[in-house]
Amino acid sequence: MDYSQFLYMHEELALLLVIVVMFIYDLVVCTDRKDGKPVLNTAVPVVLMTLLTIFNAIPECWYLPSCAPVEEAFGGMYQHTPMMTVMKTVLNIGTLIVFLMAHRYLSRDENRVKQGEFYILTMSTLLGMYFMISAGHFLMFFIGLELASVPMTALVAYDKWRATSAEAGAKYILVALFSSSLLLYGVSMIYGATGTLYFDDIAARLDGNLLNILGLVFFFTGLAFKISLVPFHLWTADVYEGAPTVVTSYLSVISKGSAAFVLLTILVKVFAPMIQQWQDILFWIIILSITLANIFALRQNNIKRFMAFSAISQAGYLVLGVIAGTAQGMTSLVFYLLVYLAANLGAFAVINSIEQNSGKINISDYNGLYQTNPKLSFLMTLCLFSLAGIPPFAGFFSKFFVFMAAFHQGFHLLVFIALVNTIISLYYYLIIVKAMYINPNDAPIATFRSDGYTRCALFLCTAGVLLLGIASCVYDSIDALSYGIDVQLPSVISSCCGL
Amino acid sequence: MDYSYTVLILLLPFLSFLVLGVFGKFMSHRTSGLIGTLTLTVVTLLCYYTAYTYFTAPRTAEGTYAVITAFNHQWLPFFIGGLSFDIGCMLDPISVMMLVVVGTVSLAVHVYSFGYMHGERGFQRFYAFLSLFTMSMLGLVVATNIFQMYLFWELVGVSSYLLIGFYYTKPAAIAASKKAFIVTRFADLGFLIGILIYGYYCGTFSFDFEGNADKIAAGAAMLPTALLLMFVGGAGKSAMFPLHIWLPDAMEGPTPVSALIHAATMVVAGVFQVARMYPLWIEYAPNTLHIVAYVGAFTAFYAAVVACAQTDIKRVLAFSTISQIAFMMVALGVCTEYVTGHSHPGSVGYMAAMFHLFTHAMFKACLFLCAGAIITIVHDNEMAAMGGMRKYMPITHITFLICCLSISGIPPFSGFFSKDEILAGCFAFSPVMGWIMTLIAAMTAFYMFRLYYGIFWGTENVKYHAEIQPHECPATMTVPLIFLAAVTCVAGFIPFGHFVSADGMSYDIHLNWSVAGTSIVIALASIGLATYMYKGSTQPVADKLAARFSTLNKWAYHRFYIDEVYQFVTHRIIFAHISKPVAWCDKHIVDGFLNGLASGSHRLSYLIRGFQSGEVQQYAYVFLIGALAIVLLLII
Repeated sequence: MDYSQFLYMHEELALLLVIVVMFIYDLVVCTDRKDGKPVLNTAVPVVLMTLLTIFNAIPECWYLPSCAPVEEAFGGMYQHTPMMTVMKTVLNIGTLIVFLMAHRYLSRDENRVKQGEFYILTMSTLLGMYFMISAGHFLMFFIGLELASVPMTALVAYDKWRATSAEAGAKYILVALFSSSLLLYGVSMIYGATGTLYFDDIAARLDGNLLNILGLVFFFTGLAFKISLVPFHLWTADVYEGAPTVVTSYLSVISKGSAAFVLLTILVKVFAPMIQQWQDILFWIIILSITLANIFALRQNNIKRFMAFSAISQAGYLVLGVIAGTAQGMTSLVFYLLVYLAANLGAFAVINSIEQNSGKINISDYNGLYQTNPKLSFLMTLCLFSLAGIPPFAGFFSKFFVFMAAFHQGFHLLVFIALVNTIISLYYYLIIVKAMYINPNDAPIATFRSDGYTRCALFLCTAGVLLLGIASCVYDSIDALSYGIDVQLPSVISSCCGL
Repeated sequence: MDYSYTVLILLLPFLSFLVLGVFGKFMSHRTSGLIGTLTLTVVTLLCYYTAYTYFTAPRTAEGTYAVITAFNHQWLPFFIGGLSFDIGCMLDPISVMMLVVVGTVSLAVHVYSFGYMHGERGFQRFYAFLSLFTMSMLGLVVATNIFQMYLFWELVGVSSYLLIGFYYTKPAAIAASKKAFIVTRFADLGFLIGILIYGYYCGTFSFDFEGNADKIAAGAAMLPTALLLMFVGGAGKSAMFPLHIWLPDAMEGPTPVSALIHAATMVVAGVFQVARMYPLWIEYAPNTLHIVAYVGAFTAFYAAVVACAQTDIKRVLAFSTISQIAFMMVALGVCTEYVTGHSHPGSVGYMAAMFHLFTHAMFKACLFLCAGAIITIVHDNEMAAMGGMRKYMPITHITFLICCLSISGIPPFSGFFSKDEILAGCFAFSPVMGWIMTLIAAMTAFYMFRLYYGIFWGTENVKYHAEIQPHECPATMTVPLIFLAAVTCVAGFIPFGHFVSADGMSYDIHLNWSVAGTSIVIALASIGLATYMYKGSTQPVADKLAARFSTLNKWAYHRFYIDEVYQFVTHRIIFAHISKPVAWCDKHIVDGFLNGLASGSHRLSYLIRGFQSGEVQQYAYVFLIGALAIVLLLII
């Protein structure tokens, strides 16, 4: 066997190394302190993640311009394109921000004993996502998917002494199993129809018959569960509410983002001949997701449930990039994800900080926050404006690009509906802004100072919200690596967008 | 010859505007004034240098001056190879001439304002706005395409608005600034529609008419409409009847602003626009061009009549400006015969209009600056507070007299030469038009000397003068006056036809002595009449006439109630019968729809809350049903 093939997997290997280091550190270094409870230094996982991000991202810069061809290892089981590295880097950055946010939560008394678990479980799901992204074979993909799901359950139920957290964990594992089994069923149908599970070989053998369609739909539902698209979203609100806030933020960005990216790559690569069918599916799913989630979000008072519906709606916008199926769609999807990561994690950092310092998680508790914590309120406003897509924040540009990608493929009605929904979403984002700035409150949340790690996370997110849209080089460099189905449309719409 | 430095002509005033606008608060009055003035000095010198190199460069083989595009940046392309918005700098005889006019007057006003605005609150803001205006006006005249012209056209409108409302604590100033902006903006709607028609049918915005001759010919059928609509915009800016109502009110602004914007530069933008589009007018819409002449003639007459009855010295000058700009419009409108290759009497109007624009800018700016000098001393705009000022303000007196003689058409001052060409053009068009314009020229001489005697001779308000002790103004104010008066003395001898003419060829101005002689005699007679009526310390004849024709006097004093007609039309008809129903629709139907959407979403959200039951079994059902629904969707 040619062991040099492992070198293609240097990203996964590096992450595995980080996990092992983390594991040993957790075992050895922190056994004893004065009070007998192990205390893990947050800086260690943070530094490890930073090193990993740099290690993954830097070598990629060497062949950015040439856009290296697909590399394969293990007979096509494992695949690698520069775009995948970009995606993994985005996930790394997100995870890093989540680690920064988690410091305060993990240093609570009841969590100190199991700090190491948190990091190792999170990194394990990340490793699963890596494999999902780089898979070249359905079994490989399935292993990645499960590796991303099962430790996630443990994370959701991290506060196991708290009934809601335990319940959320149970719900998550049940729904995840259900969706996995459906997905596996779909994969078996594809195998039955084509006789192979290699991504490279399937496309040529698909002919769009009933068996193919069933395979596509069941496979799709498995990923739609991860992305939490309507109607596969029902678990979302309960799990988001029950899980610890840092885990919620991880679920809403990293887990969702990786699944959306994988959905795009697989639809484009494996199901390219069935583009008509999956565009039909996505068309209705996007409308349902954006609209229903918006309508549900209007009535929420618990801010984590609120963020759950906001995240479902955002997932709808994310999939707008998938429906295009073009290189432009892929660029807009990755860019949207990057911006969404900054804005959503920023908002969660504020929510988490407030929860850790005051224990308040209702929107009505945010009344009058501006008087006591003006800086936090301001950062929250920036992030919410970016989520709502108000210029000049990055969210405006990311929405604009996904709209443009879908519009170029002729989805005019869909873009119009999405546009109308941005107005509704603006309304409910503004409810929170209004609560913080305008609503009177006799006893607002007391003034507090966030810890240094949270500040660091907030700084990263704010910088992203403010700069990503304006620094066009980000979009351009993602664009240089994108690929997709080259769809030729009879009507050329591009001429009217010559700006 | 490389003219790419002309980009500085636009950039320097803009930088000055930015610096003064942003950092003005932290500067002393002196520093900010110096920054503005020095920048403008450089710009003016650049303008002069451009004019010198341009007009001394050899002519092309056809005998015209080459049209030079110094730079042209494609700003917003619509389609590849199609329409685009460009920003650039085009040099041709009229734009170079305008550079000289704008630079000169603006510089004079910048220097003058040092004295006039001394110690005013917002001194820095004033200079910032002056820079903005100068930049916009220069951008307008060097535009390479009609869209750039429109862009800067609106920018001069904005600067004019800002400067008229400079004393923003005065309600009259605010009302005047709004009126000016709304009226001109309303007229600009016509301009914009004209541009869009032109762009749509001809497929170009460019002023390069020869290079795009094929495209323009393709849209020939729509050109008269487009040009007429553009003229509506020009009529608004140049205060042609009935869109003139904003200009007299605009006198609420500081007097240097009136001199720069509302006498010399911005108000002639309409004339400049017609001159710029002239090749199209003459080729595709010669008969429509007559409308310009008739509108101009009526405006000139109307404004002259009103000017005879005004008592506010700035208003007299404002109506005189309207009348004189109308002269230029008439000159363009009568210029309907155009024979390439040799200069024809019928084509003298174009040259005459530009010549009059040039001379008028100088002497009218000077008149306004003189008026400003008097107003700073007397603290009043009414002639009743003046009289006998010649004793106290000798320099102002002499410069004002020179300019009055010039506007009246007395040789050897510049106004004589340019007005004579206009009259010659009118006589060539039709004798009736010629006589009408000669009559109006006579009225000009009459009301200008009425004004002159009212200020410097006539009944002195001795009691008031004892109180305020009038004296001459400081040098910063008198030097610009002397400079502009000197220009007025010599500008008539410039061989203007050599530089600017309808067909671009060199053209020698010969005085048509039958026309010139008549106009001199009539002007002298009018001046004599004004002297007889207004020079003495009592004015029995004038009072008797005013009493005799009291109705006419009252109507003229109230500008024939045109403003009241506008009030009636806008408030009673448009606001009451159009705006109110529209507002009702907006409030009840549009807002109602959105409110309905909002309450509908809320109600729906209440109805479907059952989906989110928390039961994981139900989640699985929905999951499965969802998947099957998709399958059905694809199969059916």
